[in-house]
Amino acid sequence: MIGYGEQILDHYRRPRNEGSLPAPDIWHEDVNPLCGDRVRIEIQLGAGERVAAARFRSDGCILCQGASSILTERITGLTLGAIEALPAADFLGSLQADLKPNRVQCVLLPLDVLRAGIATYRRGVSP
Amino acid sequence: MTPDFEALRKDFPILQRTVHGKRLVYLDSAATSQKPGVVLDAIRHFYETSNANVHRSVHTLGEEATALYEGARDRVARFVGAPRREGVIFTRGATEAINLVAASWGRSALKEGDEIVLTELEHHSNLIPWQLLAKERGARLVFIPVREGEVDLSALSRCVTRRSRLIAVTALSNALGGITPLAPFREAAQAAGALFFVDAAQAVPHLPVDFGRIGCDFLAFSGHKMLGPNGIGVLVARPELLESMPPFMGGGEMIREVWTDQATWNRLPWKFEAGTPPVSEAVGLAAAIDYLEGIGMEAIRTHGAALAGGAAGALSSIKGVTLYGPKENKERGPLVSFNCEGIHPHDLAAALDQEGIAIRAGHHCAQPLMRTLGIAGTARASFYLYNNAGDLKAFVEGVAKAADLLRSLRS
Repeated sequence: MIGYGEQILDHYRRPRNEGSLPAPDIWHEDVNPLCGDRVRIEIQLGAGERVAAARFRSDGCILCQGASSILTERITGLTLGAIEALPAADFLGSLQADLKPNRVQCVLLPLDVLRAGIATYRRGVSP
Repeated sequence: MTPDFEALRKDFPILQRTVHGKRLVYLDSAATSQKPGVVLDAIRHFYETSNANVHRSVHTLGEEATALYEGARDRVARFVGAPRREGVIFTRGATEAINLVAASWGRSALKEGDEIVLTELEHHSNLIPWQLLAKERGARLVFIPVREGEVDLSALSRCVTRRSRLIAVTALSNALGGITPLAPFREAAQAAGALFFVDAAQAVPHLPVDFGRIGCDFLAFSGHKMLGPNGIGVLVARPELLESMPPFMGGGEMIREVWTDQATWNRLPWKFEAGTPPVSEAVGLAAAIDYLEGIGMEAIRTHGAALAGGAAGALSSIKGVTLYGPKENKERGPLVSFNCEGIHPHDLAAALDQEGIAIRAGHHCAQPLMRTLGIAGTARASFYLYNNAGDLKAFVEGVAKAADLLRSLRS
């Protein structure tokens, strides 16, 4: 069906890490200007800037919700440096979804939000 | 005599194609319309026989191209009841027409504390140019609220004051499909001494529109939504107003005499048409107008409203569907805006695409309106003269099927 792929559908059905954190070190929220979808990502850091916990809230389509869940699961345990080095194309490829160009931004929105949050954290200003 | 809407489908070559192996059901004409063969032929014929730059060429092709381009202006003027051809300016689209007025009239006439009155319905193209202008001039935007899917006319007297300099309103909402009664806006503008701007990007393709009868000062629309090509739009304005306004863009064509340090401006309408104009696009637009008038705008309005009304009625009987826009007993344009509970409009549109059905999903370039409605977006099906009962049936069945399918993905 509509090429979303089993992995995204699985995370859509059973979202992991949905919600918020009591005292996140990193948080960011943004919208997809094409459709108005909104994603918020929150990160709790552990030692060595390693992601101890990640949470998301997604007011978006199946792709956006599924990708948000997959992303938070994937980055848990990674250092911020490793996340920053993660190419968008790799994340996109790992989703095993057959996406048309107009829908690619649906799955990349959570990654963009995460990166913007990390960039703000790096600049040392409170988000 | 009622036109044969079923027969005219063969005039639109694109309707022959399939999408994912299914018959194309194109329900996104509010975004852009499909083109009949006569429009495509007119553009091709122009390039094959008369292509040249206009106005300054003395040779035969130049004369022919100029006659065709200026003939298209006369055609547009007659179609929308423009007072004089000098008041018909070709632009790149409705958006540029609005920007023209905001930049030219707005920057020269607006003062700090002045107000521009809009409605919460407006497309971003009838909002952002005024927002930019208001920021620059220290002016204020005032919004007439939307209630139950329509502009709340009872708020007009409160919103339009002696500080109002311009009222800009859509004649037909692209997001919700309501038709705006324009007379109360005209009266309010006249009483306040404000100018009256009508965004007719959705109205001109679908209903009879007469500049003089509306009694507005400016009217903007696009060619591509009314069977014409991309890249051309129209600003219709009272010529006296245009005379008093400074140029919008500078370049060739819009000048009379040029020195190194100054210039004087061409006569109307060319004062507002800098650079080589969209000649083939004007030729295509004139052919589109011929086609539309051959069918009749009143019949086109009735056809579109009937399909959209049928869609609204059928959707309301599908479980979990919320309709936005005009209520059942109110006049509506040729589109229906809706949501299915628990289903994102983009997912619905993607599922319908699998059935060959093209609809729009999202905020429809009306984010403030979506915020007012408390939603991120809607799904929108918009009809035109080439849609038929078969399209409506496919759409309604498609929505019911897609909604079931998408709900099943959750469990």
